[in-house]
Amino acid sequence: MQNGNTAHIWKLLNTIPDPEIPAISIVELGVIRDVTFSDKSYTILITPTYSGCPAVKTFTDDIKECLKENGVRNFKLKLIYSPAWTTDWMTDKTKEKLRKYGIAPPSNTVRCPQCNSKNVEILSEFGATACKSMCRCSNCLEPFEFFKCI
Amino acid sequence: MNSLIQYTLRIADSSLILGQRMSQWCSNGPTLEEDIAMSNIALDLFGQANGFYEYAAQLDGSRSADELAFKRNEREFFNHQLSEQENGNFGTTTVRNFLHDAFNFLFYTELASSKDETLAALSAKSLKEVKYHLRHSSNWLIRLGDGTQESNMKVQESLNFLWQYTGELFEMDEIDNEMLDEGAGVDNNKLRKGWDEIINSTIEKAKLTRPVDGYMANGSKKGIHTEHLGFLLAEMQFLPRAYPDAKW
Ligand SMILES: [Zn+2]
Repeated sequence: MQNGNTAHIWKLLNTIPDPEIPAISIVELGVIRDVTFSDKSYTILITPTYSGCPAVKTFTDDIKECLKENGVRNFKLKLIYSPAWTTDWMTDKTKEKLRKYGIAPPSNTVRCPQCNSKNVEILSEFGATACKSMCRCSNCLEPFEFFKCI
Repeated sequence: MNSLIQYTLRIADSSLILGQRMSQWCSNGPTLEEDIAMSNIALDLFGQANGFYEYAAQLDGSRSADELAFKRNEREFFNHQLSEQENGNFGTTTVRNFLHDAFNFLFYTELASSKDETLAALSAKSLKEVKYHLRHSSNWLIRLGDGTQESNMKVQESLNFLWQYTGELFEMDEIDNEMLDEGAGVDNNKLRKGWDEIINSTIEKAKLTRPVDGYMANGSKKGIHTEHLGFLLAEMQFLPRAYPDAKW
């Protein structure tokens, strides 16, 4: 195709789960910034969530594998830092997926993903990954992770 | 070496060395939550260092980011002496990081509007993470300072000892001035006021006493370091130096 089928590439990328939160795709996470086509080749612009996020290596490998499996060979990946990744890029639909998965989505008010109570306490600023902090619900007593706003 | 490379290396070096110090807490944290928090901070710092090293390597053209991190000797490192200071007890680490985080927060805020697009982008990215680091170290400083008599005494001791390494954070040399003139660098002197405000208000909440300025160590911009950096590098660089093409 003369102009390439970037919509098809987006569709394929949207099937790749986030390595740490498989409930959402890497497109929903917002790390794919753009897909362009020129000189018979696709360029996929990627931005890391956090500078040291170990998932970046994993999902770049996943992208290469996914595209090759689907017969796309003419592509390159480019890591960009600006604009810096922000949780503002997540749609409400994505946030709802996180909540259903048991992670409180990024928001100014932290709510328990189980019982929706605002009566929660932060146990630690840093959870199992840099993007999440650890919380506990004072209402239903369940511990949960909160996706930090950055 | 041109000023931009040197300037970029200094930033990368401070992040790498402080990151290495934080990684030494991995599996030694006072609680599981803190262990994870400190390891996460180490990862952030390594990620930041990597971004700046990649840029320095691209400007340099002859050395890779890994070579810059693992194949330079002590006198070729330009990290702040504060960042290489030993972890000591958890309070010492808290104080060291707090003093550094407060500086980094202000430094990246300024550098985010650098005329150099890459430095600006990397700073804007790092700034988001450093905000969390500063919140983490400030909260702990307040808890420890305003904790028991013993915890207060320990963090006050660490603060008194580490104070001598805060002077050089604000120094300007010919490279800083050249970068500033080009609109690409930060006027470190201007950060002093904001730093004092953060330090004073937090120290007050922590019921600690701000040390009186006395002897101030310096020299890291010229590769002069305290005895601790050599040992840190020996451990950090051992593997890639002993097995140059090791893959894992
Ligand atoms: Zn609940």
